[in-house]
Amino acid sequence: MARRYLLDFEKPLVELEKQIEQIRELARDSEVDVSQQLLQLETLATRRREEIFRALTPAQKIQVARHPHRPSTLDFIQMFCEDWIELHGDRRGSDDQALIGGVGRIGQRAVMLIGHQKGRDTKENVARNFGMATPGGYRKALRFMEHADRFNLPIITFVDTPGAYAGLLAEEQGQGEAIAVNLREMFRLRVPVIATVIGEGGSGGALGIGVADRLLMFEHSVYTVASPEACASILWRDAGKAPEAAAALKITGQDLLSLGVVDEVLPEPAGGNNWAPLQAGEVLQEAIERNLDDLSSLSFDRLREARYKKFRAMGRVLESNTSDRGLTA
Amino acid sequence: MSLFDWFADRRKGQFVGKVAQENEESDGLWVKCPECGQVVYRKDLIANANVCKNCGHHNRIYSEERIALIADQGSFQTIDQELSPTDPLGFKDRRTYADRLRESQANTGLKDGVVTGICTVEKIPMALAVMDFRFMGGSMGSVVGEKITRLIEQATSRSLPILIVCASGGARMQEGMLSLMQMAKISGALQRHREVGLLYMPLLTHPTTGGVTASFAMLGDLILAEPKALIGFAGRRVIEQTLREKLPENFQTAEYLQEHGFVDTIVPRTQLRKTLEKLLRLHGNEPKGATKK
Ligand SMILES: [Zn+2]
Repeated sequence: MARRYLLDFEKPLVELEKQIEQIRELARDSEVDVSQQLLQLETLATRRREEIFRALTPAQKIQVARHPHRPSTLDFIQMFCEDWIELHGDRRGSDDQALIGGVGRIGQRAVMLIGHQKGRDTKENVARNFGMATPGGYRKALRFMEHADRFNLPIITFVDTPGAYAGLLAEEQGQGEAIAVNLREMFRLRVPVIATVIGEGGSGGALGIGVADRLLMFEHSVYTVASPEACASILWRDAGKAPEAAAALKITGQDLLSLGVVDEVLPEPAGGNNWAPLQAGEVLQEAIERNLDDLSSLSFDRLREARYKKFRAMGRVLESNTSDRGLTA
Repeated sequence: MSLFDWFADRRKGQFVGKVAQENEESDGLWVKCPECGQVVYRKDLIANANVCKNCGHHNRIYSEERIALIADQGSFQTIDQELSPTDPLGFKDRRTYADRLRESQANTGLKDGVVTGICTVEKIPMALAVMDFRFMGGSMGSVVGEKITRLIEQATSRSLPILIVCASGGARMQEGMLSLMQMAKISGALQRHREVGLLYMPLLTHPTTGGVTASFAMLGDLILAEPKALIGFAGRRVIEQTLREKLPENFQTAEYLQEHGFVDTIVPRTQLRKTLEKLLRLHGNEPKGATKK
């Protein structure tokens, strides 16, 4: 068994896994039948894992969402996309590796797939800029979306970024403008758009490919207006309060479902998607196909109208003076 | 005009345009320019749109004074002025969000950080939104998003051009993801306004940052900015941390953005009305009563 990357709250499982490993080795070297003991220990480990993952705090979910072995955009594409061809470039001088895309087939349908891409290790993460896209990345994504619109390809996006890249060049090339134009133009698209937060959805950098007819989110994914670290240092004046900020910001799938931001929360295997990536792939493929089935019955105009109404309804306001008690909550 | 008077007028749904002259007694008759240090007579400074005559420094102004500088006197009709914020997350940091809201409301006389309405500029009808930086740093929560969206929708159905005066620290974190989604909501409304061929101009004032920059501030058919205004997506400190080197002297100023192609024209405040009138007319927006071509 390959050495796993363990999160701190998974540590209680270490002892059990060690024992299981030892018994397996013992079984290999001898004739002793250990299947009973193995089964017992494995059942216990599974139960423990389920218990731990059922009770994750928002701050712990962030750790799962950022897990280095969590399936990425390209992992999911590899799992359920046929005839995949990656496409490159914004046609303005760059080809961002942090925001990738291409054409392929899911089930019977030809689709456009676009997503943030993090790296597996330090070297790849440097090349991918830790999934933080540049303005060129957002412009590349828009080019792909417009291409999809012309050729009637539904658009599937995968959100997995700590945020849009914050750097000198990004400012000079108009990071704000690039994201803004994507937000506006995604409302114009006549093809179905399904976005899934597969890892972390970091603010405007996530929304830049996230204006969708359906927004799906994995159970342990998070979607935030600002990173809890930044939020804590601004509002609490103490970056150490990030776990408190993570809880206060309501960043989990369940929270966002009840706030009307997310349409569907996709279940993860105990241990998170990194524990059983293929299972995660099946869950996501089923959800994408099912939602595409629903959306494909709508005409272009109905689709656009519904997308507008969906976002139009987001937010909470009080219409008049009489309900000032809204603040006493 | 005192803030109280202004607020009373707002409640009547009408704003009588006049340059703000409050606090003459409490703050003294003379003020020192924070930029060049010259001491000027407060009345002269206000009469010059709060721009220093000596060095051209643009002092920060807020919604009531901004509206008075843009709209024809008495023409501004507010809409949705009773729309007020809730505390959808039950948010609490060192203080509760509800508490911060109440304080901002008491200090500004506003329900939230934007004033919206319809006015005329040299008799040309225009939809106008003015963000107010005093209200929690001009941050964008549900009310800001909703009021701007409603204004854009009204402008679209009444075939009006729009000016949005931006001044914002970005998203209002206390409303979590609902705040982020206002960026999408407003951008969607602007798409519809654009689709029918109407003119939208943001005016970027000091400071315009974060989620506002990554949405309606950068979606203008024409983008205007005030001299030296700070405009950016990411905060300077964040960038310095990633970069570990010094940033250019004029980094994220209006002038810097213009050099890099993201601002069409920098408009001194004293020229604002004249410039607006020209741009509106050049794009087929005629004074009320005049025959349209
Ligand atoms: Zn001066």
